[in-house]
Amino acid sequence: MSMHRSHILICSGSNCSHRQSRAVRSRLRQAITETGLEREFKVIETGCFGLCQQGPIMVIYPEGVHYCRVQADDIDEIVQTHLQKGRVVTRLLFKSGTEQSVELPKTAFYQKQKRVVLRNVGLIDPENIEESLARDGYQGLAKVLDTLSPEAVIAEVTNSGLQGRGGAGFPAGRKWEFTRKAPGDQKYVVCNADEGEPGTSKDRLILEGDPHTIIEGMAIAGYAVGATKGFIYIRGEYQLSLQRFRQAVAQAKEYGLLGQDILGSGFHFDIEVRSGAGAYVCGEETALLNSLEGKRGEPRYKPPFPANFGLWGKPTLINNVETLANIGPILIHGADWYRSIGSPECPGTKVFTLSGNIANRGLIEVPMGITLREIVEDIGGGIPNGRHFKMAQTGGTSGGCLAVQHLDLPVDIPHLAEVGSSLGSGALLVVDDSHCMVDLARVFLKFFAHESCGQCTPCREGTTLLKRLVDKIASGSGTAADIKAMRRLSTTMQMTSLCGLGQTVPTPVLTMLAYFNDEFMEHLDGGACATGVCRAAVKGVV
Amino acid sequence: MREWVRQTVEQFGRDRHQLLEILGHLQRGRSYLEKETLLAVAEELDLPAAEVYGTATFYSLYSTVPRGKHIIRVCENAPCHIDGAAAVLAAVQAYLGLQVNETTEDGRFTLETTSCLGICSAAPALMIDDDVHGNLTPESAVGILKNLA
Repeated sequence: MSMHRSHILICSGSNCSHRQSRAVRSRLRQAITETGLEREFKVIETGCFGLCQQGPIMVIYPEGVHYCRVQADDIDEIVQTHLQKGRVVTRLLFKSGTEQSVELPKTAFYQKQKRVVLRNVGLIDPENIEESLARDGYQGLAKVLDTLSPEAVIAEVTNSGLQGRGGAGFPAGRKWEFTRKAPGDQKYVVCNADEGEPGTSKDRLILEGDPHTIIEGMAIAGYAVGATKGFIYIRGEYQLSLQRFRQAVAQAKEYGLLGQDILGSGFHFDIEVRSGAGAYVCGEETALLNSLEGKRGEPRYKPPFPANFGLWGKPTLINNVETLANIGPILIHGADWYRSIGSPECPGTKVFTLSGNIANRGLIEVPMGITLREIVEDIGGGIPNGRHFKMAQTGGTSGGCLAVQHLDLPVDIPHLAEVGSSLGSGALLVVDDSHCMVDLARVFLKFFAHESCGQCTPCREGTTLLKRLVDKIASGSGTAADIKAMRRLSTTMQMTSLCGLGQTVPTPVLTMLAYFNDEFMEHLDGGACATGVCRAAVKGVV
Repeated sequence: MREWVRQTVEQFGRDRHQLLEILGHLQRGRSYLEKETLLAVAEELDLPAAEVYGTATFYSLYSTVPRGKHIIRVCENAPCHIDGAAAVLAAVQAYLGLQVNETTEDGRFTLETTSCLGICSAAPALMIDDDVHGNLTPESAVGILKNLA
């Protein structure tokens, strides 16, 4: 094995790729060959570093210098100045406001983060299983197969307090226990990677950056619940995730970490990779099961729950990507370690995608219970362009809209539920004071009206009616009765919709009406939109 | 055509649960799934034609009507909206002379909207065929279209 003086890590995740990182990577390899430095410098393509706003990002080790917004034209300078002369190229260093830093981990963006799920993302080459193994890859699985009974694994997951990270927040250990106890010879493990919530890309960046941690989590889950077969359902738009995951499964099989008699334990487990075909509702677990069966992705009535009646009617455990990425570390370090992170009622970390009017957009992982202000101001770097904070929506388009009075709220499942919002998928959309809430409500409801699958009446009709009402308010012809109708319709949808889609459409609507009520009132009876957004937008549509 | 469908079905397995994979494979490199193709799939899998058609029309990545050589999908979800997606969409519409879900007469472009492409750090974004473009302005979006073959 050849040793290199230095490793150059460069992001090959989707969020950098669209910024021409592919051209940067090939130019870098070319320049290193041209200068005869290939024996000294090794180029490694990794997953996301998190600071997507400043991508493409490159890190040079051992010194740990991070370069941001690197373009192909910058490569010659980096090679000549940094690699050949050992001098830092200052103009490409991280800058945010007044802050400038040579090493990204020392920036405010990283200081308040805690990386459990993303522990290997941006550090390893996701296409090389050896790099995963050299970190902690498959250690949890090895420990489980070697020393723990399925019941003991479930006890550990239950004691860790891990709650589902896909949106609903159901205790993971209990879900595992229900599936374990359900009668049936054939059981399945399904990983839900149909990430469609607007503003969310965490699952994709986990799959692209560390696919082996998901394989490991699924295999441990299979052992615990008594399943020998797993499926992962990846969103059809996520071509890189599909490609990387298929490759990772093939490598794991080659190394005896999937397939027959894993690590000589007598346990068999296989994973089949399936692609979605463009339907938001398939992120709902029973709709996903129907889609896996080759049907229209329409949700099923619950109960029976998938733990008893899942894929082809067999007991099925469905977990989100991020939930499964926590499993390896929990089994390696134990439930007590996991409980030491986060808040007592909501242990662990949460991965968020920051978007909107915020300086540092990107991928972050924070301990549960961190305040909204810490995320927005310290990690996110605040609101750019001299604007002010107006609203933060947690959990994606189906999440609640919080206002300035919520900035000191701890961000975890119970605290967000108290103010009518949810942690959801981990999207965090920050909006400044140049935007109008009525206008945003139109965007949300247009999305839902399009994505409602149409199976149940409350959701099919409710989404369209809500959209009409808010369009009317935006146009200036709304009345107090329309606001009342929005509230009534929302309550009906919450109570009577078949699945989580229809039940959560009212979350943004009701939180907006609660925390931005004045703004809706201003639009009524011919009133004006204070930001001027609505008048322009409505004219454009009508 | 029939033989091609039969081979595809055999490659994936004569199972209902492979239907999405089969449809995806059959549409690859083409703009849509023809009626004859869907009927052949139904026969090969021994399914009612309505089941196959119903499944194909449920998912937005499949089409049962002809589309252009390039499919342009503009994201209009909230993170893109607050960064000017409406202006980008309007510029693209004006340049192509199309409303959403229409195809140019020369068959080169179809304009669609899409839900979140997951690159909100570079909003507003659009996707052309399999390539995602971010940090758009109305001018840069039209510039990208002008450079398409």
